[in-house]
Amino acid sequence: MFSKFSGGVHPAEQKNTENCAIEIMPVPKRVYIPFSQHTGKPAKPSVKKGDEVRIGTKIGEADGFISASVHASISGKVIDIAEHPHPVIGSSLCCIIESNDSEDWSSDLEGDQDIGKMSSAQLVEIVKEAGIVGLGGAAFPTHVKLSPPKDKKIDSLIINGCECEPMLTADHRLMLEYTAAIIEGAQVFQQILNAQNLIFAIEDNKKDAIALFQKEGVRVARLKTKYPQGAEKQLIKAIVRREVPRGGLPMDVGCVVHNVGTCYAALLAFKFRKPLIDRVVTIAGDGVKENKNVLVRIGTPVSDIVDYCGGYVERPMRIIFGGPMMGIAQYADSVPVIKGTSGILVWQDARTIEEGPCVRCAGCVDACPMGLMPTEICSNVKNRNFDAAEAYGVLDCIECGCCAYVCPAAIPLVHYFKYGKNEIWRKSKK
Amino acid sequence: MEKVQKVNEMLVVSASPHIRSKHKTSSAMRLVIIALLPALIFATYLFGLRALLIALISIMAAVGSEALLQRMLGRKITITDGSAILTGLLLAFNLPPGVPWWLPAVGSAFAIIFAKQLFGGLGYNFINPALAGRAFLMASWPSLMTKEWLAPVGGTLSGIDGISAATPLSLLKNPANYGNPEIIIRQLNDFDTIRNIFFGKIGGCIGETSAFFLLIGGLALLFLRIIDYRIVVGYLGSFALLAWLLPTQGSVVFHLFAGGLVLGAFFMATDWVTSPVTKKGRWIFGIGCGVITIIIRIWGGYPEGVSYSILLMNVFTPVIDRLTKERIFGEVKKKGVKK
Repeated sequence: MFSKFSGGVHPAEQKNTENCAIEIMPVPKRVYIPFSQHTGKPAKPSVKKGDEVRIGTKIGEADGFISASVHASISGKVIDIAEHPHPVIGSSLCCIIESNDSEDWSSDLEGDQDIGKMSSAQLVEIVKEAGIVGLGGAAFPTHVKLSPPKDKKIDSLIINGCECEPMLTADHRLMLEYTAAIIEGAQVFQQILNAQNLIFAIEDNKKDAIALFQKEGVRVARLKTKYPQGAEKQLIKAIVRREVPRGGLPMDVGCVVHNVGTCYAALLAFKFRKPLIDRVVTIAGDGVKENKNVLVRIGTPVSDIVDYCGGYVERPMRIIFGGPMMGIAQYADSVPVIKGTSGILVWQDARTIEEGPCVRCAGCVDACPMGLMPTEICSNVKNRNFDAAEAYGVLDCIECGCCAYVCPAAIPLVHYFKYGKNEIWRKSKK
Repeated sequence: MEKVQKVNEMLVVSASPHIRSKHKTSSAMRLVIIALLPALIFATYLFGLRALLIALISIMAAVGSEALLQRMLGRKITITDGSAILTGLLLAFNLPPGVPWWLPAVGSAFAIIFAKQLFGGLGYNFINPALAGRAFLMASWPSLMTKEWLAPVGGTLSGIDGISAATPLSLLKNPANYGNPEIIIRQLNDFDTIRNIFFGKIGGCIGETSAFFLLIGGLALLFLRIIDYRIVVGYLGSFALLAWLLPTQGSVVFHLFAGGLVLGAFFMATDWVTSPVTKKGRWIFGIGCGVITIIIRIWGGYPEGVSYSILLMNVFTPVIDRLTKERIFGEVKKKGVKK
């Protein structure tokens, strides 16, 4: 049993959808596909208004190395390329496609391939062409993580199936229903990286998934259920006992971490050249009639998904993209699902609470998995003393929310840290 | 389209996280107050209704002066957070039971106005308000604060039959004032005396006499993680070690349970606002309290050193926090230059 990283919290799991098998949602009438769904530069539009597209047609070309291509998720006609609400960055350029109700796939896609005969470079190219990004939430382009510089020897490939966020069960369901495919995808990653060890990391609240993976004979790290167990740095520390240096990357300590969903999506790309056009999303919360796990086309607006789940219950006060600890609150239900969307939470309750004075209880210091002193950073940010906030390590904050979760004075610490980081970055750009 | 519009108008946007633990400042204050109740009930039994009344006067003065001052300063009135009640209660615990009725009121008002509100209110005070109030009373009316002891029900001030004039610690400090020093020291370390001291059948301040009843509440707070074990263990541990090593005629057990050590270590040194936030800092704070307490008891002018040791360490808290920053994840030890 692995458990070793300091700090962390134990929020109520509320995983009420863990027994809901993945349902395939019918194709929506319209999709809004943002060109920016990943870390890095937005894709460059390669279609224009009026073009006919099929499922899998590339509509945006990766712009540089740290970028990802974007594909049409339905078959139909591009009715506009325009600004539309975006779940992460507020608003962005989207390709709006109206469905023609056909299930035609793009003819560019080739059939089954013999993966064993392909070189690493060819395999990475497939991942890049398919627009695969990390499906755990950060949406970092996967081909970049599969191409470490030559001087970085990777010995451990960790497949992240922790899903430590409360309420989310999409990865859990994927692990139960597509065990073999995830393993096969992960093994291809292992082949590409030439990594000695392949380790599947699963929290011990998903005993059924652990059992399935163990039955397949792969190495499973059974991790203690503790938030944020699935955070990359904490995960590496727990499994291989190495600390990613400040400002460094997992590859600096010989590790690469990929999410289970990414392995599955990549396998479909390796085998069938299928680009990333859909993903599993957990729909949960008391503001939507049915809670379930749904396979959704990228670009489907929330309102369509809620309709598919029986509609809103009375007054939806909050829509969260992601989990309750790190998710992003939405201002419109027209925002589309993007590649990094792991869950959609709809709540009837506004959950606003007044901030009180810090009583220096040190709960945040004890809870911080990064060894920071949230209370000191917060007071420095509030006083606009950004240099001091930086000296206290605000840039190391992973925004996991443990500090704000435990704060008895209800101080929205993460909010202040995000603000502080932005100010520091803005200054350093000048 | 109209439906969509309506949904968007209702949506509330805020930064993550979107869930919070049930833990609140006011609920923590309430738990500390509840943890002090066994000792208060025992004090009422021991010294009579007078002890309870002094506690009530002290609490009312604390809450009243907080409300009054906040109103005068045009601030939001925050008496419902429970912190003023706790300050009043803790100050009363630190007063001899025979003090005049006005004394707790003056002490509480000083504690709230000068030690807490004038520094910005809850969270901004740098010393423990209750202890500041006690120090103020001690400096202003020393005879009232050191002589107004009441004999406890069915016991004596010292815990020793036949010697009722002094508290155990003052007996230990100046045994020659009360008879044959050798006999008195032997009697003080006697099992019967220690038992009286542990259960609180002795004289002393209202809330400090019974280590037993204080421990019930204190251990519950430790278990609930309202107070930090590092401060408690650091304080009691360093104190016990030094009481054993240094030249004193009281036994370690005598020193641990006589006087206000248990009250101080569990309920006052652990005050959130005035103790360090770093883990290492909390150890240093606790150990510092232990060291200063034993130094005062052995070489100082007072028989007891708990409240001054905590006040002194309160003053050092900001420095301790600055010097004991937590180690940031992935930090590589650099030689030489520090930021």
